[in-house]
Amino acid sequence: MKIELLYWDGCPSYPEALALLEAVLAERGLDAAVELRRVETDEEARALRFPGSPTIRIDGRDVDPIGAASRPALTCRIYHLPDGRVSPVPSREQLEEALS
Amino acid sequence: MSTALAQTAPAFTLPGVDGRDHSLDDYRDAPVLVLVQSCNHCPYVQAWEGRLSAIQRDYGDRGVAVVAISSNDVASHPEDSFEQMQVRAREQGFTFDYLYDESQEVARALGSERTPEVFLYDGERRLAYHGAIDDNRDETDVTTHHLRDALDAVLAGEAPAVADTPPVGCTVKWRS
Repeated sequence: MKIELLYWDGCPSYPEALALLEAVLAERGLDAAVELRRVETDEEARALRFPGSPTIRIDGRDVDPIGAASRPALTCRIYHLPDGRVSPVPSREQLEEALS
Repeated sequence: MSTALAQTAPAFTLPGVDGRDHSLDDYRDAPVLVLVQSCNHCPYVQAWEGRLSAIQRDYGDRGVAVVAISSNDVASHPEDSFEQMQVRAREQGFTFDYLYDESQEVARALGSERTPEVFLYDGERRLAYHGAIDDNRDETDVTTHHLRDALDAVLAGEAPAVADTPPVGCTVKWRS
């Protein structure tokens, strides 16, 4: 299983996302390393189809496929939670679903 | 508190989403003026903006004025355009003034770095509190209401017990 976390330093949310991702992996007994990739330029964002920080892909599939279609940009990504709130990181449920 | 921050409220005249220009002097009767560096696109702003509306509602009858200002570069973040600011204010029912700082001069004068970032000025327009609205972007996990505590203190004629906290949010999008 290939797990990627793409991030941009201008947004403070990726450490929280990484911690949550690693916690979910541990709970599931998955011994997969998370590949961190820093995105630094608009050109990189476009080339990587990076819709904002953080972006997590499991075997190339975004944990939030709807949000993945947003315009590539160096920005903080918005995740929409099931209760209607927004969050700068994906929900635990989104990560669990993506890993199942 | 960092000396890079505006220790007195900077003068400004900026267009608001209500179609009127708003200047610092327009708020001269407010015993407390809360300027908030803000924007549309940032998920941290979106997480907190409902609480900002609640604060304006709860403190408005005591004369407190909450004013959000977006200074972001629209070229890199078109969702922060003035037109989109008007849409968001209408859709979210903002209770506070929402102003557009296209030149970014107010953001520079304030010393802003993040969105959202609070600058609370007392009746003499001296900086009394700077930083976060509260201590958690998830409203259900808030334990310390920094801005409300500071408002209560200043309205009581006292200095806030905590005058400075680190703002948590997106960076201000400066023009390149």
